[in-house]
Amino acid sequence: MTVELASIEGQRPDGQEREQDLSKSPLSIRGLTVTYGEKPAVFSVDMTVQPGQMTAIIGPNGAGKSTMLKAALGIVPPVSGRVQVFGRPLEEQRARIAYVPQRASVDWDFPTRVIDVVLMGLYRELGLLSRIRGEHKARAQECLERVGMADFAERQIGQLSGGQQQRVFLARALAQGADLYLLDEPFAGVDAATEKAIISVLKSLRAAGKTVVVVHHDLATVAEYFDNVFLINTRRVAEGPVAEAFTEATLQAAYGGRLATTQVSQLAHKA
Amino acid sequence: MSGEEFVPLSLTPLLIGVFAAVACALPGNFLLLRRQALIGDAISHVVLPGIVVAFLISGAISAGPMMLGAAGAAVVAVVLIEAIRRLGRIEPGAAMGVVFTTMFAGGVLLLEQTDTSTVHLDVEHALYGNLESLIWLDAIGWSSLLDAEALSNLPVELPRMALTLVGVCLFIAVFWRALKISTFDEGFARTMGIRTNALGLGLVITAAVAAVAAFDAVGSIIVIAMFICPPAAARMMTNRLEAQIGWSVGFAVIAAVVGYVLAGYGPLWLGQQDAVSAAGMIATISGLILALAAVFGPCRSRAGAPAGV
Amino acid sequence: MLLDALLLQLGYNATLVAIGAALLGTAAGITGTFLFLRKRALVSDAVSHATLPGVCIAFLLMAALGGDGRNLAGLLLGSAVSAGAGLWCMNWLTRNTRLAEDAAIGAVLSVFFGFGVVLLTVIQTLGIGRQAGLEGFLLGSTAGMLYSDALVIALGGAATLFLVLLTRRPMTLVAFDPEYSAARGLPVSKIDMLMMGLVMAVTVVGLKIVGLILIVALLIIPPVTARFWTERSEHVVLLAGLFGGLAAYSGAAVSASAPNLPTGPIIVLMSFVFFALSLFFAPNRGVLAAFLRHMRFQRRVHLRQGLLALAQGQAIYEALTLRLLRRAGLVRADGVATERGRARAAKALRDERRWEVVRSDMAHEATAALYDGLRDIETVLTQDQIAEIDRRIGGPQEVPA
Repeated sequence: MTVELASIEGQRPDGQEREQDLSKSPLSIRGLTVTYGEKPAVFSVDMTVQPGQMTAIIGPNGAGKSTMLKAALGIVPPVSGRVQVFGRPLEEQRARIAYVPQRASVDWDFPTRVIDVVLMGLYRELGLLSRIRGEHKARAQECLERVGMADFAERQIGQLSGGQQQRVFLARALAQGADLYLLDEPFAGVDAATEKAIISVLKSLRAAGKTVVVVHHDLATVAEYFDNVFLINTRRVAEGPVAEAFTEATLQAAYGGRLATTQVSQLAHKA
Repeated sequence: MSGEEFVPLSLTPLLIGVFAAVACALPGNFLLLRRQALIGDAISHVVLPGIVVAFLISGAISAGPMMLGAAGAAVVAVVLIEAIRRLGRIEPGAAMGVVFTTMFAGGVLLLEQTDTSTVHLDVEHALYGNLESLIWLDAIGWSSLLDAEALSNLPVELPRMALTLVGVCLFIAVFWRALKISTFDEGFARTMGIRTNALGLGLVITAAVAAVAAFDAVGSIIVIAMFICPPAAARMMTNRLEAQIGWSVGFAVIAAVVGYVLAGYGPLWLGQQDAVSAAGMIATISGLILALAAVFGPCRSRAGAPAGV
Repeated sequence: MLLDALLLQLGYNATLVAIGAALLGTAAGITGTFLFLRKRALVSDAVSHATLPGVCIAFLLMAALGGDGRNLAGLLLGSAVSAGAGLWCMNWLTRNTRLAEDAAIGAVLSVFFGFGVVLLTVIQTLGIGRQAGLEGFLLGSTAGMLYSDALVIALGGAATLFLVLLTRRPMTLVAFDPEYSAARGLPVSKIDMLMMGLVMAVTVVGLKIVGLILIVALLIIPPVTARFWTERSEHVVLLAGLFGGLAAYSGAAVSASAPNLPTGPIIVLMSFVFFALSLFFAPNRGVLAAFLRHMRFQRRVHLRQGLLALAQGQAIYEALTLRLLRRAGLVRADGVATERGRARAAKALRDERRWEVVRSDMAHEATAALYDGLRDIETVLTQDQIAEIDRRIGGPQEVPA
């Protein structure tokens, strides 16, 4: 069996073209390596996110999906690599990125209401001292409405179900009014209604010209939800439109023996 | 009780006790939520070596060098804990245990090896403080509050503690929003450009300054109790951070006032002659408040863990 | 004098105390290991501070009943009771309220200690003779100790150590993997209680030697020290016992050899010396070893990435990568690859391809797990296997520029 080795053989434009490429891309990563101890979680990965589209990052458990996202955002320090956001260094472009972390990463017993969590999304706008005014509250409320959580504004966040919590996180990201949305496993352990609500919000973002990148674990819905896929297993395996990059060969390369062959051929997009 | 008796003997210690309690309780709220409650414990232990070293260097018991020494020791301890935690890959509790016991032991040893017979510096004082002795001898009644000369002879601990309290309030007020976000969701805070490491260190340093100033006036036992008990009790009363801060300040004030009064007058009511330790009593009262809140507080149990986690 | 002390030549009491301390230190090191592995090291701090009210109440009771308030056995019994009460409060708070364990520890520690201080001042004001060295329980003092007290300590140390040795097997299991232990039918909560009971025993016996503020060091520092030297839990237990025993024994001896050397602090500082040496110089987990390893690792990562970039004709942005390539003679000063550099780059690229094949082939699953982006493929596959993989890839394709 010959495997198409996307990571190696993919078209590699020369340096100059690449630089232009970078300036257009909402998120471009070059040579990113992140290790936990001595074991690389992500090794020498390149990624170029296409503007105005929805991209799924997929790969087996422990393949470095979340780690890559966190390193791209400066949450975990990389061993090496370069990250650019809309062609500029990350620090200059913070205001244009919204991040939705994995739900398990916070203390749900924290003394705060749903509306307060959404207002956190306005931090860059409000700064340290300026007061929260009615317009800010109204905007936060509107974001809650968009995810179908308007009635829960006054609840303590721990009193929500997992899916509802996920939607509150999404509302907080919406409040930021960013151009690039990065979501870490938003559909993990949520109910069907939440999944539907989240995907429709994401599609409306795309319709508004925003870029969405999602760490995703459910192979069955990739073709339905996303325009592009990025397959990773410590190294980049494939990247591109779903029709081209989400194939039997690339899945086999990313998941190895972990998926049965029949499964792979069922899942792979047959374009 | 008449003003002639209350103002010189009880007003200043009472105020100092209240200021110290509030200055510790405020940062305590965030330490509690960040699972760093025991930082206060560690800091109050390492204050002893700090002041002993300051005494050895400056050769006298004077407030300035001692505060500096204590603050320096607190920073050294925090840095050491962090270094040991990271370098040795040791869980934070154990790293803390290694550092504060060692530094405290070093302080005791230094103290024993030094001739301190001429000065008032011993381990007991460091632990219990001496709140009762901070009296205002020049006062003759409420009118002294308007008497510039009498005011100039206030115990120095009072303005110092008041200033510390103002500083702590300022820090919390200025960084309120950033503290709240980074305490709730550190990863998200970083993506918002908040420098979470620097902010965390700032919080610990603020706590250390409060601890050192309070320690100087009231001893370390109050410091540990006030970092933890009022915020913990407040946690049982509400699900909003703003309200929690309010409750914790209220509890700290009640503990300080009731504890001071009970220590001073309780034994008299029981027919005894001498007062008992005010610092100890304040800590005890804060514990009773926590116990009541833990049994009756409306928000005492954990918010339901979300389904699917 | 010091030598005399270490060789137990300073009289009955000092000898008994040193032996008792060594036994206690060993028991504390072992018990502490279980706590440490359960990530509950600071629980012992709450337990030890909670002993103070018990000591005071026992003193008051014994004095009120007309006895000698200073009877060590009586005081230790009192301390055990109040430590138990403190432990119960702590467990209740973490189980029934939203407080995390660290907050519960701090609350119990400060409140019990504060109450103990109140009782101490009560005892002072009641004027029952001298306060009788109750402060000795804060920092430990073995100077001028009665023969009977020394005997209590030596016997207590021996009894605690015996208990620890008796129960070490189930404790290790629970500390290492509570869920597995529960699945095997071990009564985990009972064993946890037993662990706390041992912590209490160590604390109580150690009160007079080390004092309640510092006893926690005996439970924490030796296990942390031992952890640097081994990855196996049973070895951590043994080493922690050894370090604890050594530190306590030498500390007690040093303290007895000269005035103004309080026992508790000396023992703690002895433990810390072992800790600091281990932190820096232990093989593998030590700081020095880890630093060297990380430097080496980072260089390998950069070199590898640089080679792959060369092979694919990409620009290299990172200064460190360029510097390493230059130093290895793989690129010239102007960033162009040398002959050797091109060869190494081609090899790196080819290895990367071979790995791709290995990782997508179920037959190589065990080998694929070894992939870390750096390992040379020759170290995990035989020449025949590599030849087979090369046949699948096809002959050398793009020869890098």
